Amino acid sequence: MVVRMATMSDGDVDAIFHALADATRRDIVARVIEREQSVSSLAAAYAMSFAAVQKHVAVLERASLVVKQRRGREQIVHADPATLERARLLLERLETLWRHRAAAIDRVLAEDPET
Amino acid sequence: MPVLSAQSDLEALSLTFVTEHAAPIERVWQLWADPRRLERWWGPPEWPATVTAHDFTVGGRVSYHMTGPAGEVSAAWMRVTEIDAPWHVRFDEGFSHDDGTDNPAMPAGECDVRFEALDDHRTRMTVVFSYASVDDLDLVTRMGMIEGFSSAAGQIESVLAG
Repeated sequence: MVVRMATMSDGDVDAIFHALADATRRDIVARVIEREQSVSSLAAAYAMSFAAVQKHVAVLERASLVVKQRRGREQIVHADPATLERARLLLERLETLWRHRAAAIDRVLAEDPET
Repeated sequence: MPVLSAQSDLEALSLTFVTEHAAPIERVWQLWADPRRLERWWGPPEWPATVTAHDFTVGGRVSYHMTGPAGEVSAAWMRVTEIDAPWHVRFDEGFSHDDGTDNPAMPAGECDVRFEALDDHRTRMTVVFSYASVDDLDLVTRMGMIEGFSSAAGQIESVLAG
């Protein structure tokens, strides 16, 4: 999956990360997609506490965007590109449905007599 | 196209849709509040919706089913959790068993809809859908109606692009 992710265009990857609301979490995902990292090495990269970074990782973990594994004394974080890609495709499908509904709303409004 | 923006948030598993319609707020509100109007736009192409119960009050339930081209039926529900006509409605939604009772094995999501009068004859609608997990979202979009709909949507888009 990582290979497939790497072969995606910059635009595709940008689109995925654009959707991530928080800049730090977006950065964490970008880092762990490149290579898996321990929570402590991630924490060293940001001007915030270890606990704060751990919280961000937990949020990403709950959304299944990253997976955390304990390896000895370290907690290793790696990305779950399968989930990222799946979620993106699913949201796209839902978006298509809503584009149709919006057009249908306008049709109904046009057909209805003004009351 | 009436769609102003469509923004998905992978992390929150939500989709925010902003549309604008050339009608007063009350008429746009009636598209949701009047079951006969709701069923005219809710179902995807070839999957017309039939609203069988429609209690648009807090705690009230809206039940509907959609009928596919081969006669297949997909039943679903909404339960109103907040309402402030004609500006806001929030509801939980999910699927039903064939007999119309809730199917708790199927995913449920939450939908928040806000209406804003831009002037006397223009209304902005903001719809936010959110799901608890990718699996829920997966099941929702796997429902036959959306599969069937995707091909039709593709046709619409190619017509618009041509």
